[in-house]
Amino acid sequence: MSNTLLMGAVAYDPKVVTIWDGFQKWFGEHGLDFDYLLYSNYERQVEGHFQGHFHVAWNSPLAWLQAKAVGSELGRSVEAVAMRDTDCDLTSVVVVRAGSDIRTVEDLRGRTVGVGAGDSPQATLIPLAHIAELGLEPDEDFEVRRFDVLVGKHGDHVGGERHAAKALMAGEVDAACMIDGNHWLFGKEGTLPSGATRILTQTGQYDHCNFTVLDDAPQALVEEFVRLLHSMDFEDPNVRPLLQLEGLKQWEPGRTDKYGLLERAIDRFDTIQEFVGRLREARR
Amino acid sequence: MNHVDLQGLGLDEGGHLLVKRALAAIPVGDTLVVRGSSASLSVHLRAWCRAQGHEFEPSADGGVVRRGSAEVGRWRGAERAGAADCVEDEASPRWGLGARGCTVEAGGPEFDFPLRTRSEIWADDAARLYAQAVAAQWDPGSAIPWDAPFDLPDDVEDAVVQVMTYLIENETAALVIPARFASQVHPHYREVLQLLAVQAADEARHIEVFTRRALLKRARPGLSTTGGQASLKTLVEERDFAEATLLLSVLGEGSFLSLLRFLHEEAPDPVTREISRLAAQDEARHVAFGLSHLAEQVRSDPALLDRLEQAIRRRHDALAATSGLNEEVFDALVLLGAAGLEPLELRAGWQKVQALERDMHEGRRRRLARLGFADGRADELSSLHTRNFM
Ligand SMILES: [Fe+2]
Ligand SMILES: [Fe+2]
Repeated sequence: MSNTLLMGAVAYDPKVVTIWDGFQKWFGEHGLDFDYLLYSNYERQVEGHFQGHFHVAWNSPLAWLQAKAVGSELGRSVEAVAMRDTDCDLTSVVVVRAGSDIRTVEDLRGRTVGVGAGDSPQATLIPLAHIAELGLEPDEDFEVRRFDVLVGKHGDHVGGERHAAKALMAGEVDAACMIDGNHWLFGKEGTLPSGATRILTQTGQYDHCNFTVLDDAPQALVEEFVRLLHSMDFEDPNVRPLLQLEGLKQWEPGRTDKYGLLERAIDRFDTIQEFVGRLREARR
Repeated sequence: MNHVDLQGLGLDEGGHLLVKRALAAIPVGDTLVVRGSSASLSVHLRAWCRAQGHEFEPSADGGVVRRGSAEVGRWRGAERAGAADCVEDEASPRWGLGARGCTVEAGGPEFDFPLRTRSEIWADDAARLYAQAVAAQWDPGSAIPWDAPFDLPDDVEDAVVQVMTYLIENETAALVIPARFASQVHPHYREVLQLLAVQAADEARHIEVFTRRALLKRARPGLSTTGGQASLKTLVEERDFAEATLLLSVLGEGSFLSLLRFLHEEAPDPVTREISRLAAQDEARHVAFGLSHLAEQVRSDPALLDRLEQAIRRRHDALAATSGLNEEVFDALVLLGAAGLEPLELRAGWQKVQALERDMHEGRRRRLARLGFADGRADELSSLHTRNFM
């Protein structure tokens, strides 16, 4: 197995198996022995990564920051080697009903804001931190309603955002948080009929998932993996279905300078401290 | 500078169509200025461009889009699914369910339609027969005089019910077989697919009217025998399209044409008379398609005749130990042919059924000869056909 590159990923949806089976086959046809392990949650995956269970992690942005934090506790360096083009420069929005009397973020005081899973960067952490930086503390200055029970998936499942959007239309919450693309998608599918909502505020830009390696990763295998990722061409009909399933047009080099918003959010909300501490203790 | 003004139209209410159209008019790599007054325009443009593979820079009233290459790339390597107005000798599994002549994106799933060569399934008059079949559809509710008053002696009503019971199981076989082959025909041969589908629909109607007649005066249908079902089972299990067409359509439905005409003439009541007439009309089309399809096959591959002959012999051997047409059906036909239960009347009925069987044989012989069997061979093969008629 020494020539196999092992990847860890989280099974947030059954299609994950289809996706990585497809990649495994394609990598195999191009001379890279690739296999994958699926975890039910990102915390277990980050822990497994540091225990040496696999070489490359397909990390959510929060898992990336968890890995980075654990790495610095343990004196290990982490690196992002590749990411999807569609994970670059995302924004989230806070929306209210079109007829709402909420005109500014300040008007959210005393009201209820619907968000996604507690550990969702795009639907919870980043927008709540954005509101906080504009002067209103969540759970103090306004009430937060969380709409996803799939904790550990870091909001990869769109369900929570959709529930928050539906709750907004049903009048159960006064505002809802979601990624920009979902505001458009919910408009298309009718969850948020066009013109029925107003964007109250938009966060700054941030990046999403990346492929993460630790300092002991097999360098040649990782280099080949990254080289092959970049060679995947949307015009190639053998590759296109894989890229479409995984939701991208092309793979980009890893970059780590656009996780600042999320970093500020988790500092503010103490999101990962306990997890990082637990791993540090376990290592003693 | 290329630009498009969406005015008040949002990207979540169709605005992306205008953006797409404007992008299609500029080269990949060029930029397009998008302006509009919808409040969410730049948020949605950002998300839409990301998903479409275009670069985006927001502005106060929209933004600047740099056209990416993905949309063009998507249709590279696409292939035409034949021509719209003629059929190919072979249909590609990659064409899948696509309309004949459409452009199929590369990299899609392959469909496993086992019947995908012209020589296996095509008949030039499939389109004409299909159009004819569609035009000749009749409504069982209004086409049959269900309320016409009649009262038959118990013996005669029983005989009708027994014949209907027999017809129903035969019609069911005649529905199941084309329906199964329809799912195996590559949709490139659309007319054949349509014809098989409308044939199955014909049989569905036959099942309906024969069932309604059986239950018109009685609480339940009559008897179903092992011989009859064994005969039909060999048909239902036939896997080869050409052989199934010969056994079911040319020989079986051909024999049924004679039977339905007999029932039309000898029917003791107006309902039986009318359903027999209408079913016979449909059966004539089924026989015609089977014949023309096989005749075309034989023309391009004369060796097919040997295979068809073997199929008839195989089925004959498989059924040699069974009794064939059940006694109850035979007796019922005699009774319907007879005007009453007097010995002379019964003799007349008996003779009519003898004539019916000769008529069936003659029809089969003629159709086999049309396929290219020599006279003597056609005669012999016709006599090997199942005694169950279908
Ligand atoms: Fe029929
Ligand atoms: Fe038929």
